[in-house]
Amino acid sequence: MTIALSQFDEVRLDRVSRDFGALNALRDVSLSIRRGEFIALLGPSGCGKSTTLNCIAGLLPVTGGAIWLDKNRVDTLRPEERGFGMVFQNYALFPHLNVRQNIGFGLKMRGRPKAEIDRKVDEALSLVRLQGQENKLPGQLSGGQQQRVAIARAIVIEPPLVLMDEPLSNLDAKLRLEMRAEIRRIHNELGATTIYVTHDQDEALSLADRIVVLRDGVIRQVGSPKELYEEPAHFDVADFMGFRNKLKGKVVAVDGNRAVLDVEGARISGVVRERVSVGSGAYAAIRSDDLMVGEGGQNAIGAIVDTIEYRGREFVGTAHSAGGLDFVFRSHLPVEPGSRVHLRADDERVLVFAEPIQGRH
Amino acid sequence: MDAVAHAPAVEHGPNLRQRLAARGFDAVTLLAIPAAVFSLLLFVYPFAFGFVLSFEPKAGGDWLANYRRFFSDPFLYETIAKTLWLAIPVTLVNLLLAIPIAFRVRLMRNQRLLTTLLVLPITLGTVLVAEGLLNYLGPQGWFNRTLMTIGLISQPLKLVHNYWGVFASLVITGFPFTFLLTLSYVTGIDPALEQAAATLGASAWQRFRHVYLPLLMPGLAITFCLSFVQAFSVFPSAVLLGEPGGATRVISIVAAQAAFEEYDYSMGSAIAMIMGFVQLGIVVAVLASRGLFYRGPASGAKG
Repeated sequence: MTIALSQFDEVRLDRVSRDFGALNALRDVSLSIRRGEFIALLGPSGCGKSTTLNCIAGLLPVTGGAIWLDKNRVDTLRPEERGFGMVFQNYALFPHLNVRQNIGFGLKMRGRPKAEIDRKVDEALSLVRLQGQENKLPGQLSGGQQQRVAIARAIVIEPPLVLMDEPLSNLDAKLRLEMRAEIRRIHNELGATTIYVTHDQDEALSLADRIVVLRDGVIRQVGSPKELYEEPAHFDVADFMGFRNKLKGKVVAVDGNRAVLDVEGARISGVVRERVSVGSGAYAAIRSDDLMVGEGGQNAIGAIVDTIEYRGREFVGTAHSAGGLDFVFRSHLPVEPGSRVHLRADDERVLVFAEPIQGRH
Repeated sequence: MDAVAHAPAVEHGPNLRQRLAARGFDAVTLLAIPAAVFSLLLFVYPFAFGFVLSFEPKAGGDWLANYRRFFSDPFLYETIAKTLWLAIPVTLVNLLLAIPIAFRVRLMRNQRLLTTLLVLPITLGTVLVAEGLLNYLGPQGWFNRTLMTIGLISQPLKLVHNYWGVFASLVITGFPFTFLLTLSYVTGIDPALEQAAATLGASAWQRFRHVYLPLLMPGLAITFCLSFVQAFSVFPSAVLLGEPGGATRVISIVAAQAAFEEYDYSMGSAIAMIMGFVQLGIVVAVLASRGLFYRGPASGAKG
């Protein structure tokens, strides 16, 4: 393997901001990325994740802060001087060049000798498993193959940092899973440092060493997939990590890291994730997997079943309460739509968050 | 049993309407009739009429007499070279000006104002532009006066009633058209391709040379052809701003003289036909060269 990525110790974003007119697309984003890490930038559309990536790549100038590669400031460099590899959402393959020319483009621009270009392109082709396709034009390739060309083209220049902007969003579900594994394999084989933008929390959880959750241009939480999944720090992070049941209520008791909420007359207790005080509004967040049909009593709330779907080993249903709360729940037994049930969750599976302040956080 | 007995009915082939529809002919095809009639009456018929007329010399003689006369009289056949000598440089200058400007304008937010300004010369028409240039570039015009005032020249430059007067007029009236076409081709290229090239280390010039230019070539060839045909049929500005007896005696002047001064419509038609074939020759040559370039969609996404 002669594709050896340039080495460095750390990429550091230091209070990076980006304004579009009056709109702050990014505000004071600070982040340190160590060599070899796989970082996912996760968030809903418009959260600033692609803006962050474009600022790192140099495609958008930052309007505040600085980006450092070890001791070198890179945010003042033009994109062609940074040498970061980038994989675009729509692949951005050069339609008039064949696979070999596309992959060799960066090396050719650097004026490398032809023999070296050929050798490195061959290696990149075998790394992304595209041997035999090298003389085709991008238009003759399938979506997954185009994606592989885009990845090969970005890594063959041996960049210190590989940037990927929602690279799987144009693929169908089966191919997406395949390419997800491929991307992680390539990352591991090369020992690359990757920043990966996605709005799909499954992708982020399965690929990343660390996940950065962004919202409204601000970092909401940084952590390992396990930390984010099990201990989301804010309500909106929990919302994004698959806590689909959001029960709005009032705090009636706080005891250490436990709080009890009054939700439409039912008592729901859970683990406090954000400071709440008695009498204030709060949310209880519960994953659909943890909300089960059961007996009334402790941590249960009455609901009317709307729909029920068979999912093989179990049923997944939706329901609503008299007060208008919506639920997604799990059940071992089929329940009839329209029937009244009690939905309950273990209290250590319930996370209690303060009511988010409207608008900006 | 009944079902089996009835089954063969399906084996009849598709009826006439279905067969026509499979080849792209259906009721909607009828909508093409007005356009077909229009071009038949206003283009095909006059062209065919002129073509036939050109083989019926007024002065008698065999059917090729007009053409023989044209190609044996230097005063006539030299107009081809004179016209080309105007039309090709003008078209190239327009194209070479349009490309960098289009690259700049593509990044602008307020393209509409600029586009309006550029379209203005087209709407003004060649005659008004020619009159304006006569005043502006003439010996007593602002341009010469300014140059003399600041002492760059001592004698007025001769810029009208010669080759350069027509050249300037053709650039002014032809540029907007060339520019708008070029702009549409330039903006049709996915900007992500340039960004990708930049992240791969290509400088601005390399991005133009290796990404934009190859993708633009087919469009630029078409732009060249359309601009060239316009410039080649130059008439008013060649008379008003040029030297219609000498350097800018273009082929359309000769055709007009034959038809409307000598009242020899047959000769006029023959010259018009020759003009048409010269244009056709250049256009075919340029379009054929497109085959050397990539001609698919200019986007980096899955098609």
